[in-house]
Amino acid sequence: MELFVFVAAALMALVGSVGVVMRNNPVHAAMSLVLTLFGVAVLFVQQGAHFLAAVQIIVYAGAIVVLFLFVIMLLGVDRAENLRIEPLAGQRAVAGAAGAAMVGLLTAAVLTSESAVLEDGKGLSATTLDSPDANIRQLAESIFGDNVFAFEITSVLLLVAVVGTVILARRLPKQPEAAA
Amino acid sequence: MDAILAVDPLLEGNLLWTPLLIVLLKVLVVFVVGLVATMLMVWFERKVIAGMQNRVGPNKAGPFGLLQTLADGTKLFLKEDLIPERADRFVFKLAPYLAFVPAFLAFAIIPLGGDYRNGNGGMVELFGHQTRVQLADPPVGVLFALAISAIAVYGIMLAGWASGSKYPLLGSVRASAQMVSYEAALGLSVACVLLVAGTMSTSGIVNLQGSVGNWNVVTTGFVPFFIFVIAATAELNRPPFDLVEAEQELVGGFNTEYASIRFALFYLAEFMNTITMSALIVTLFFGGPQPVSIGGTTLDIPLIPNALEGTVWLLLKVLVFLYIYVWFRATLPRFRYDQLMDLGWKVLIPASLGWFMLLAAQRVGEDAGWDRIVVTLVTALVLIGGYTLLQLAMKVSRDNRDRDGASF
Repeated sequence: MELFVFVAAALMALVGSVGVVMRNNPVHAAMSLVLTLFGVAVLFVQQGAHFLAAVQIIVYAGAIVVLFLFVIMLLGVDRAENLRIEPLAGQRAVAGAAGAAMVGLLTAAVLTSESAVLEDGKGLSATTLDSPDANIRQLAESIFGDNVFAFEITSVLLLVAVVGTVILARRLPKQPEAAA
Repeated sequence: MDAILAVDPLLEGNLLWTPLLIVLLKVLVVFVVGLVATMLMVWFERKVIAGMQNRVGPNKAGPFGLLQTLADGTKLFLKEDLIPERADRFVFKLAPYLAFVPAFLAFAIIPLGGDYRNGNGGMVELFGHQTRVQLADPPVGVLFALAISAIAVYGIMLAGWASGSKYPLLGSVRASAQMVSYEAALGLSVACVLLVAGTMSTSGIVNLQGSVGNWNVVTTGFVPFFIFVIAATAELNRPPFDLVEAEQELVGGFNTEYASIRFALFYLAEFMNTITMSALIVTLFFGGPQPVSIGGTTLDIPLIPNALEGTVWLLLKVLVFLYIYVWFRATLPRFRYDQLMDLGWKVLIPASLGWFMLLAAQRVGEDAGWDRIVVTLVTALVLIGGYTLLQLAMKVSRDNRDRDGASF
């Protein structure tokens, strides 16, 4: 059963991510992205990380991709692209090499850390599994207790980004004409 | 496995046939109840609006016109199915299901009844197994409802885009902007409830609201409830926030090009969402299926066994909100688009954020043993400061617009 859910969710994520890069139409690509996000959310639930799954759907599928679609519709760039054209010369080859390197790195990381991850008694504690709310509580303690400084700094960073965007997008008031 | 099917004592240990059958039965019952409730809701809305407008309303099919929706549905099934020439065929066919499925999914986490007397905490016995009258009770129940309402926007958005015509596209652009804007206020008012309840599971939230004094509408101080109702109405695209399908401007909005069964699915999803939202309001703020209990005396409905009484109470409470939604529709004129955005961003979001801060400060003060009055005064001062800053910012932007010669 567990294997079946994993395979189904992994297939969803893989089909979606291939769709994001292969579909000609930007709207179809965005929808493939939603499929991937759902697949990953199912994997999160399978690992007992309900909160992470819910937040993944609310934030990524519910807000960010909606924003993508909104921009695509509003700007009217929803025409099919010709995938043959390479905007940057040599882009394909570099992307392929970077992808292969990434796969190599991830495989190496998994292989070398296998013993550390699978040790008994690490990861979720017994209390987490017993009480349904403990998962959320542990996360809250970690974010708002142990790592509260990093958390606040990150939110300041986002605020800076928002203010920066507003400043860039602002129309400057018309300067009064210099006196003749 | 039980991580997937969420926490229910029914599903702990080895899976046997009886629990599996009970779960399947629950799924079937929830689905059928959802469909029948939607059918009756359409009739209820037409009948109540007719009454408010001094008309008779549907009265031909069945007793009191009860079967009118069934007749309309059958007619829609038999109609010709059209796909516009410029439509994106795949997305056009997919969109109605994207609207319809979330509407039903959200119903899964609503506690639909249960036995709340003698400390039973909502458990009932079914074929010798203890279970809840609820399809699923995940530990993140409320977040699940928020996630579903966030997903619901896709159906409307993609329907408008895939139609390949301009009015549906305008409708869907409006829909996405409106639903994303009001989701923030919705989430923040839910956060107030979570802060007071200390749990995210819907059954846990219901269990904490034993008497009227413990209802979350009282313990969160009424403001989050009003914000939730307004934001929920906007999320549902119901009047007075129905700019998505404003007939006078956009023909029919996002579903202009839809006909036959695909249109029926949108229609069904809309009414289903209204029912789910009302049930969610009752769950979050009014004790869900708990019997009404004031100052130690619990009201009892005679002749109905305790295990069924919860369902009756839920039905009564939900009916109140369904009536309120119909009432909104019959009495309130539609918002203008800029008024809609002003209300969402400049009133509801700051108000819910401020109230959340007030509740959080009270909570921290309680834990640390601070003087309650001082905490309230300091928070109030901070809130007034924030409000003044907001007003100043809006004044600056208004002045800028005036200088640019904008007309609004």
